[in-house]
Amino acid sequence: MNVAIIQFPGTNCDMDTYRVFNDYLEIDVTLFWHENTDNLEKYDAIILPGGFSYGDRLRAGIIAAYSPVIKQLKKISLKGKPIIGICNGFQILVESGLLPGALLTNSNLKFICKWVNLKVEHNNLFTNSLQSGSVIHMPIAHNEGRYYVSDDKLQELERNNQIILRYSDSDGNTSMDNNPNGSISNIAAVSNANGNVLGMMPHPERASDPLLSPYSTNNGIEIFRSMILSLEVMLKE
Amino acid sequence: MSTIESIDHSLTDNELEYIEKSLNRKPNNVELSMIDAQWSEHCSYKSSKSLLKLLPTKGKRVLFGPGYEAGVLDVDNGQVLTMHIESHNHPSAIDPYGGAATGVGGVLRDILSIGTRPIAVLDSLRFGNLSNPNNRWLLQNVVRGIADYGNCVGIPTIGGELSFDSCFDTNCLVDVVSIGVGKKKQLIFSEAKNVGDILVLLGNSTGRDGIHGSSFASKDLEDIPTDRSAVQIPDPFIKKLIIEGTMDAIDAGLVSGLKDLGGGGLACCLSEVSDMGKTGVEVDLGKIHLRESGMEPYEILISESQERMLFIINPDNLDTISKCFDKYNLQYSIIGKVTGTKHVVIINNGDMIVDLPTELIANAPLINWPKTKPKHLDSKSVSKPELPVDINETLLKVLSSPNLADKSWVFQQYDHEVGTNTIVKPGESGASVIRIAPEKFIAISVDGNPSHCYLDPYNGAAGVVAEAMRNVISVGAEPIAMLDHLQFGNPSNSDVFWTFNETIKSISDFCSYIGIPCVGGKVSFYNEDAKTHKAIKPSPVISVAGLIKGEHNLRTRKLHSSRPLIVMVGETFDELGGSEYYSSTGHGQDGIVPQLNFELEKRAQKLVRDCIKVGLFGAVNDCSKGGLIHSLLQMCTISDMGASIDLSNIPSNCKRWDELLFSESHSRFITTIKKENFTNLLNISRNHDIPVSIIGSIGGHNLQVYNKDDNLFSYDLDYIRSYAYDSLSKFMGGQL
Repeated sequence: MNVAIIQFPGTNCDMDTYRVFNDYLEIDVTLFWHENTDNLEKYDAIILPGGFSYGDRLRAGIIAAYSPVIKQLKKISLKGKPIIGICNGFQILVESGLLPGALLTNSNLKFICKWVNLKVEHNNLFTNSLQSGSVIHMPIAHNEGRYYVSDDKLQELERNNQIILRYSDSDGNTSMDNNPNGSISNIAAVSNANGNVLGMMPHPERASDPLLSPYSTNNGIEIFRSMILSLEVMLKE
Repeated sequence: MSTIESIDHSLTDNELEYIEKSLNRKPNNVELSMIDAQWSEHCSYKSSKSLLKLLPTKGKRVLFGPGYEAGVLDVDNGQVLTMHIESHNHPSAIDPYGGAATGVGGVLRDILSIGTRPIAVLDSLRFGNLSNPNNRWLLQNVVRGIADYGNCVGIPTIGGELSFDSCFDTNCLVDVVSIGVGKKKQLIFSEAKNVGDILVLLGNSTGRDGIHGSSFASKDLEDIPTDRSAVQIPDPFIKKLIIEGTMDAIDAGLVSGLKDLGGGGLACCLSEVSDMGKTGVEVDLGKIHLRESGMEPYEILISESQERMLFIINPDNLDTISKCFDKYNLQYSIIGKVTGTKHVVIINNGDMIVDLPTELIANAPLINWPKTKPKHLDSKSVSKPELPVDINETLLKVLSSPNLADKSWVFQQYDHEVGTNTIVKPGESGASVIRIAPEKFIAISVDGNPSHCYLDPYNGAAGVVAEAMRNVISVGAEPIAMLDHLQFGNPSNSDVFWTFNETIKSISDFCSYIGIPCVGGKVSFYNEDAKTHKAIKPSPVISVAGLIKGEHNLRTRKLHSSRPLIVMVGETFDELGGSEYYSSTGHGQDGIVPQLNFELEKRAQKLVRDCIKVGLFGAVNDCSKGGLIHSLLQMCTISDMGASIDLSNIPSNCKRWDELLFSESHSRFITTIKKENFTNLLNISRNHDIPVSIIGSIGGHNLQVYNKDDNLFSYDLDYIRSYAYDSLSKFMGGQL
């Protein structure tokens, strides 16, 4: 199994994500510069890490969405391979049309860096090793993380079980009081209809070492572990 | 060439005379601009250099100290820690967003210049009172500037401090500390040491921003609108690419010398690399990539356009190094070469327009200003205010001072998690902790106390060093080095210069006594009101770095039920001068400020370090600003856990509750222990000759204070939060 981490100019969570796969999960992982012309298809899963691709110029994620690597990514996504976009990676996936919706400026108009509670809404390929309905901890760190979709689309996401994580309190209540950025319906992570592309604003790679967590937890790593376990099953088939 | 009189410079008649004598001719305008930039106070330290020599700079871990781009410390296994401090006070007062952002950018380049990767930033910020909307505007935009820059460049802003005082109404202070890590064998210096090497200018194009930036920082702020062009334009995205490109080039091992372009632009950069390398340089202005046409030669030389680095390399290595830059689409130009002439030579359109001896440019004549002891230091009133009648009102008033308030409004705007090494985060202690290798951590603090320094420069300044040290000790670290940033008014004011002198003496005395080396620093003069010429309070800011080996030695303020007893280490004295209590209850600027007893401080620090090492202490917090009650509140709010204490158990001769609650005496810590360990602690404390006493216990959700049988007050933590501790966020009108 080999996981590729895509690097754009301005990506800054690449090495943090690399460390989780390489050091903690002991999975083969490759840093893949966005201008690299190698075939991306030889990798089993693709991660778009966080950061400020192209310095957020024009709009967060939009310039990276036009990089040649995204064309390859679109092909790969049709084959059902897992793709995760974290923070700026999520913004790129939304801008490239691989995920629905848009990510707007936080409702308080400020960058927010803090640990939040997240309710696991559904088990899918990225959350299989977590319990549906449970509350996990991860930090967020973004200026444009307010997820938005139209009401129709929101209903569709609900129907298809595409809402994967919601901002909540420690008991799993998802009221506006526990919504850090004003996201519609407290959405923190969504998948595509097929379930193989995940976008999330919270940083699982920053919640993969208990020493870093104010709660001494490492729930973030379960997102990656779930993906690996699902991949192992897929690769056997 | 036009005449000397027609060019805007800040050189004195004496300096001009000295230049002419040394050159044996009149300098031309371009030469004059270069010398002006390099001889500005900002770049030359001409008023402070001779005094700064007093500071102790040697230590067992010190590899390189003051005089280098950053202090370099050996942290074992071939790894080095680098640290540096800079301020961007003048630019931030005019353009708070750009000024603060480029302040971060500048200090990151210093860490990079020595061949190490910046891994963290801390900020120390001072503004006038928040009731003034201009100060709220400054704070809002300074924080946004730091956030936008640090967040984009992907280096965590892991801590710092923030305080307010009306003396900063027209001169805010924006100080940035950065630390980096690297390999001892990959250190690079800012020197052009090999004749025949080429000079490669990497990064942003050179434009007209930041013209006269360093000269502007070396005078009072006046005539604000025309000075706006002296503020540089930040570009954190390009900086991120420069960091990656530079680190790739350093890893390739082919860089002979490296220097960032900061204050004084290319002019200072060239004179410093040739002076340090004991060579000369020759640069062709036509080769420099420019942002705009029609720039005058002097503008190109002194422009402080951001995001530029000068690489000095062997021409044979150009191919390999340029690949490192090309990967990130970075611009660069080969602008000149290293010569053996010991002169800085500038060519423009084939003409030699500058030919100056390196030694002359790099060594401004030093100035020794007259000193007189400020009058206010002799007329100290020691009248004490009456004991307040309403303890509740007093308490909430003090705790709602923005100086003591919860600072999450600030640090939640900073990405303090990127890098996945921030172990002790902002708010969790007085110092932050970053991991630099498995089981190896660096603690770092930054502190200042202008109120104490104003009333008693000697005890105030040494006290700041002591507090910064106590903060790194509280997270379990051994202090290994410090940086000083000395911010004062106009040095030609003899009161200011006396205070400056006293401050350096005090820092140097205490550092020598306790054995902590100074590995770098900065001086910022001319922080005074342009109209009234009233100087800011003396504002030395001290950053201390500490080393922690082993996860089990890490500590924070967080309370834990496994260690329920609250212990006070050290004695509380009647020292309320310059305290938060006096300033927030309107008692004015007088009284006795906390006196630093060097020996007592050393013993108290040793006691706490020993007790952490053997695992006796759980939560640990320094006890200073805001006094005991503020330290305890910090511990309770971060843990969401209450505490109950009895003031009569505090080791002290003070009888009044306000002194016990609010005195800011030095050499004190609050910590928690297990019941069964108190006897053991008593024995240790006898050996160190430092009083310790159980003052209460943790539990519940209330902060309760007794004085023997009197219940002084009891508040739910949520009540204190909403009526006092959230005051900063309220001032800034901000939901979080």
